[in-house]
Amino acid sequence: MPKQIHLAAHFPGVNNTTVWSDPASGSHIEFASFRHFAQTAERAKFDFLFLAEGLRLREQGGQIYDLDVMGRPDNVAILQALAAVTERIGLAGTVNSTFNEPLDVARKLATLDHLSAGRAAWNVVTSWDEFTGENFRRGGYLPKDKRYLRAQEMLATAQALWDSWDADEVVADAAAGRFVRHGDAGRFDIRSDQFAISGRFPVPRSPQGRPVIIQAGDSEEGREFAASSADAIFTRHAELEAGQQFYADVKARLAKFGRRHEDLKILPAATFVLGDTESEAAENARQVQYQQVGPATAIAFAEQVWNRDLSDVDPDGPVPSFDPKTSDDVDSGAHISKGRASVRMFGDPVAVANEWRELGEREGLSLREVVIRKNGRHTFVGTPQRVADTIDEFVQTDASDGFVLVPHVTPGGLDVFADQVVPLLQEKGSFRTEYEGTTLREHLGLQPSPTTVAAVSVEA
Amino acid sequence: MTLHLAVALDGTGWHPASWREPGARADELFTAGFWVDQVREAEAGLLDLVTLEDSFAIDTDRVDHVQGRLDAQLVALRVGPVTSRIGLVPTVIATHTEPFHVSTEIATLDYVTTGRAGVRVKVSSRADEYALFGRREADAESRESLFDEAADHIEVQRRLWDSWEDDAEIRDAATGRFVDREKLHYIDFEGAHFSVRGPSITPRPPQGQPLVTALAHVDVAYRLAARGADLVFVTPGGVGRDGPTGDAEAILAQVRAEEAAVGRAGDPLHVLGDLLVVLDDGADAARERLRRLDETDGAGGGPGLRSDARILTGTATDVADVLESWHGAGLAGARLRPAVTAHDLPRITRELVPELQRRGLFRTAYEADTLRGHFGLARPADRYARV
Repeated sequence: MPKQIHLAAHFPGVNNTTVWSDPASGSHIEFASFRHFAQTAERAKFDFLFLAEGLRLREQGGQIYDLDVMGRPDNVAILQALAAVTERIGLAGTVNSTFNEPLDVARKLATLDHLSAGRAAWNVVTSWDEFTGENFRRGGYLPKDKRYLRAQEMLATAQALWDSWDADEVVADAAAGRFVRHGDAGRFDIRSDQFAISGRFPVPRSPQGRPVIIQAGDSEEGREFAASSADAIFTRHAELEAGQQFYADVKARLAKFGRRHEDLKILPAATFVLGDTESEAAENARQVQYQQVGPATAIAFAEQVWNRDLSDVDPDGPVPSFDPKTSDDVDSGAHISKGRASVRMFGDPVAVANEWRELGEREGLSLREVVIRKNGRHTFVGTPQRVADTIDEFVQTDASDGFVLVPHVTPGGLDVFADQVVPLLQEKGSFRTEYEGTTLREHLGLQPSPTTVAAVSVEA
Repeated sequence: MTLHLAVALDGTGWHPASWREPGARADELFTAGFWVDQVREAEAGLLDLVTLEDSFAIDTDRVDHVQGRLDAQLVALRVGPVTSRIGLVPTVIATHTEPFHVSTEIATLDYVTTGRAGVRVKVSSRADEYALFGRREADAESRESLFDEAADHIEVQRRLWDSWEDDAEIRDAATGRFVDREKLHYIDFEGAHFSVRGPSITPRPPQGQPLVTALAHVDVAYRLAARGADLVFVTPGGVGRDGPTGDAEAILAQVRAEEAAVGRAGDPLHVLGDLLVVLDDGADAARERLRRLDETDGAGGGPGLRSDARILTGTATDVADVLESWHGAGLAGARLRPAVTAHDLPRITRELVPELQRRGLFRTAYEADTLRGHFGLARPADRYARV
């Protein structure tokens, strides 16, 4: 049997990948959209559904950024509601480790796991910025250099809380008058750099024991964190060679944490555009790119690099000849773009601007066309057969263990993939035709959670 | 005018021995089916709403009592898609939660249920609950300060719900703008315990303002309700931490006095009386049930039934009599706490409700689709909208 592919579906996000101007684009808020999307993914036997998190609306130039889809419901809340209208698919959500407390987060995820019969997953992210902190009790309290420490302690603490009840603690024996075996199940006492908490965790052990842990992050610290404690890692490496390098690097780190090769699944994010022929697919992809990067969005992207107002620049003209403003660090409060992690991906803005200018001059492209070339690339473009072949090749050659698919239309953008690509993967024998297990851990081929401990005490 | 009827769900019921009763399904307490079936039973009885109790701490170390509970908001969200008319009102502990998170979670419940969300805001002064969070000292804060914080918590939730005007999403292809940012509003709340900038991440929910509720036994809590709630649960003939709470007339007078004192504008509070019910075919049988339950609990050294709300042992007719008298005294209705959910909830839906209907005191079909609608509350205008 070939290596099995794992697939996740990312509900279209609040960025320009999501095309809201398409006639097929529906509500990003109403529950019916989430239900449609989740049921499509489940019909296609995906491993899990993924919802990102929102904590503050993005801003640019001191104003709320108004060009992208924006606004979203609370993601864990939606996942819990989706548990009522799905049966098998995993339910994964991002929960920030900075603007939440471990007891509350652990309780919510344990509840989600109970009320979905073992389908919960947590994408642990970390942030520190004052901008997001303005919506929360403690404000921008966390120094940047403590963000991974906070995330690690948050995760370790949540896992200790999940492990604080034995699996057979609740007996509910009416005749014997015994509901629990011990009078103080869930007892914990945790003292660390970020936390000083004690008492009893209120939720009995959930079906998965520990919900599935996901991590995203490409830095050295991020890779180590994932190798030490994640069950799956989201990456941006959706090109074959880069994917293989990343895959080998991260998998090689597992052994030193006493983990097996298959204990961590590597899942790059991927977009796709299909067509009946290769040329039709290419034309479809071109149209989607122009929808994703309208004239105003092209200017907005350029402003994120140039870090200044470019409203008088013509998006259909050349890339600006002047250099970006480099006096403000992207992490400082002074940068033009706020609440957008991807801005950091630009790296050195002057180098990026030079690169854009050279590309424009070399190929005679306008600013908008350059932005499309740089930011609007789709991972998979082709016939369903071509896309299925490519996905399978990635997995069979260890460039990934599967993909997190990001459709560009809500809520029906996944339908065509489910209908046309999944059956071809199933024909190859590399993707399930039925769910074999009931929990997300089983779908992902992960080991059961470690056995429990009766009393938890963590020292810094 | 008809009265409003709610049921307060807490585990297998409000009696500590309830989990040992036939049909209690205590072994399913942490599964979805347990909660779905209870709320569907309440909906079959045309009830206005169910509340879901919550606490971060475990109440007891007794092995013969239920221990552990699930997050009440998530229970409501799990039940939402498989019910259609009944209001869902989870408890939220203001003292230990982020108002921003709670606001978006309740707004999400409102989207999932297309307008049936409410929230019961609760204050925590329990030292064991503080220790679970480790951020503040339980005895460092006065009761007044905690209630003020809860009032701020409600204010932030409400401002965030209004922070997107209803028509903020414009999808204007000509200019490339998805929203009209003039219709998104910073709430800029500054309080003693927190400040919140806004706007919400979630657009204005279907009801505009989901229903805010509180349970109150004393002036400071009546004041909180008068400042921020739509609905208040009170305990006529009950006993609060400060002693007897008084009868329905006396409590109602206190509530109205607090409304006047805080200058409440708009709709007056709907006041519902809490009643813990032990029901059976006759009064003697009901008393015998309670005696037996207390004895079961006492055999292991348990305290038996203790309640801040009045305990009624009797028939559905007896409950109807109390509700009718409360109604005469000016209460809008009642929230019933079933001693044994498996036994007393069906008695409420299948005996009490028909009895109230015979008396012309309760609806014979749902007339509204939203929780606000059940209470005759209009969808409010957005506080930030320019007229």
